[in-house]
Amino acid sequence: MSQETLKALLAEASPARSGDFLAGVAAENQEARVKAQRILADTSLADILNTPLIDPAEDDVSALIEAQHDAEAFRPIAGFSVGDLRDFLLSDQATSEAIAALKWALTPEMVAAVSKICRNQDLIAIARKRPVVTQFRTTVGEPGRLSVRIQPNHPTDDAKGVAASILDGLAFGCGDAVIGINPATDSPSAMRRLLDLIEELRLRLDCPVQSCVLAHVTTAIDCMARGAPVDLVFQSIAGSEKANASFGINLSMLKEAHDAAQAMQRGTVGQNVMYFETGQGAALSANAHFGIDQQTMEARAYAVARAFDPLLVNTVVGFIGPEYLYDGKEITRAGLEDHFCGKLLGVPMGVDVCYTNHAEADQDDMDNLLTLLAVAGVNFVMGVPGSDDVMLNYQSTSYHDAAYVRRALGLKPAPEFEAWAKDVGVFDEAGFLLPETDGGDRGLIARSKLLEAAE
Amino acid sequence: MSDKIEIAGPDDQHPLSRLRAFTEARIGLGRHGAGLPTRAHLDFAEAHARARDAVHSDFQAEAIAATLESAGFTAIGAASEAGDRATYLRRPDLGRRLSQRSVADLASRAEMPFDLVVVVADGLSATAVNAHGAAVAMGVLNAVPKSWRVAPVVVARGARVALSDPIGAALRAKIALMLIGERPGLSAANSLGAYLTFAPKPGRSDADRNCVSNIRPGGLRPEIAGDKLAGLIIRAAELGLSGTKLKDDADDRLGVETPAAAIGPAAD
Repeated sequence: MSQETLKALLAEASPARSGDFLAGVAAENQEARVKAQRILADTSLADILNTPLIDPAEDDVSALIEAQHDAEAFRPIAGFSVGDLRDFLLSDQATSEAIAALKWALTPEMVAAVSKICRNQDLIAIARKRPVVTQFRTTVGEPGRLSVRIQPNHPTDDAKGVAASILDGLAFGCGDAVIGINPATDSPSAMRRLLDLIEELRLRLDCPVQSCVLAHVTTAIDCMARGAPVDLVFQSIAGSEKANASFGINLSMLKEAHDAAQAMQRGTVGQNVMYFETGQGAALSANAHFGIDQQTMEARAYAVARAFDPLLVNTVVGFIGPEYLYDGKEITRAGLEDHFCGKLLGVPMGVDVCYTNHAEADQDDMDNLLTLLAVAGVNFVMGVPGSDDVMLNYQSTSYHDAAYVRRALGLKPAPEFEAWAKDVGVFDEAGFLLPETDGGDRGLIARSKLLEAAE
Repeated sequence: MSDKIEIAGPDDQHPLSRLRAFTEARIGLGRHGAGLPTRAHLDFAEAHARARDAVHSDFQAEAIAATLESAGFTAIGAASEAGDRATYLRRPDLGRRLSQRSVADLASRAEMPFDLVVVVADGLSATAVNAHGAAVAMGVLNAVPKSWRVAPVVVARGARVALSDPIGAALRAKIALMLIGERPGLSAANSLGAYLTFAPKPGRSDADRNCVSNIRPGGLRPEIAGDKLAGLIIRAAELGLSGTKLKDDADDRLGVETPAAAIGPAAD
């Protein structure tokens, strides 16, 4: 099969979304889409493996995908078509262990292909069977647990403002994925100041959490060289060398940052030190998609992610805007696809369930996607005070949302964090949020000494 | 069994409420079970509804043109290739291209090159432009040198920021100033953004522009924005450039945010 034929087939088989129309690669009508899905279902995995979508000699992500492939692990499914793979993944034969054994057999293009012939229900049912567990100071991703990133952003990085948002989140039992701040200013000194702030709060409360300031990877490298308390290194990544270059990064920079963070040995229960963010449409917006549909490009980003054993990978699914994902239906589909593809590739997937004000979406759409993802076993979601990110100007899931979905589905936080939260009176003995009137958060607020600092 | 059910008090009793002085974030909202208290839920819904309405509000192009003309300025309508709002939202590339008819209309006005064209455009918040687009445009036009040859104000529908490139090129304008509705936020749905481009022509990038954002009552006030923008425009004309290099020079004097890319997706 030629490169162009496979690209076109994947694109035309992709469930409809505005970004593929914008790129001019979408099927021309619905029937053409289903016809492409039938052809894709009959396409062999071996054909996909042998047809790199970008020449590996010209694209280091493609070279990485090729290098990651494990021919030995692939042998049991080497005769499969994409349709066979779907049938297998749904079957009772495909236990958690059996799917996990395929981690390095599957390539991003294979999992993208199979996702395109899955309904939402299939994406949930299969992903649910494939937990991916990672560790730093907490253990994230175990079945029956859902972790939350506290996202305490502030338009001017005001220390008291950030701390207040963190404390609000801790009182809801959030923060067990990470306390992660998008800084208003990307500089080593600004990053250091925010890291010190979280570090002080963490130690004062004796709370098992990890911190991250989501500055550029080079800023983190600079900070680590100066001995700043860097737990996790952040970077946005995408599915081609050219798209990564538009973020000002390459694979060797990620390696350098990873090795530096690991050398600091700051984790207690594990040493997964990277936090990556991705999102469908990122490559297209950098004109670095090579005619590949946005969902396949997104899956290729996970090849980059899994090369560095991250603690957390987060697809920021609705942030990019309606020209890539138009409405609640497209955002929902993309969130489930990304989670599914990431998990099959062994990536610890979380999802920023979110939208902008020019997308045809609202809180009801977010409630739906959050609930679906929690059923699918998503590792973590965002916790933003009242859903309103006052720095990035978009809406994500809130501390309340996290508490809702944990309660509705009986999900608990990371075990280390759960123990701490019981100890400070935020959770009851069963690991669920105590009534607010019981004053657990008052105790926490008192221990933080934040109110005194604010006088 | 007839005991009255008591529900916890309003959220201003929340222990974190004192910390709201340090952040606009929606902290200390309180909760019932895991749920958001009714007041906080409806506060959010109202802010979002305002933002949604701003994205889809009618662009009052005729009223803006009439306001400008009654003050003695000339106005001319233009449109991008994005025919309707749904297309506009899905296809930003079409919102950056000028319709054939508008190309012809504008070119017919450009017998001689202009020093400046001001564009007033809907962008992602017609609410913002309807409210203060004309006022800011007039503020600018009143503050630039009287000796300048100024093009008719272009009132553009279905516009992205970069539509000022083909508009400026069609009018042979040395400088284009785009006044455009910014993507509404929950805190403000009526912000206008101003984007300045020296030697506008299709293919300019965000790095070639300077941006002044958050023009609204409660932000950079519309009645003083015109003077501020005119100062920036005059400086660009003196130096013969816009974008990052102009920022380096003008940053401290004007408090200008630039390049446009640094402030994110905004209206582009």
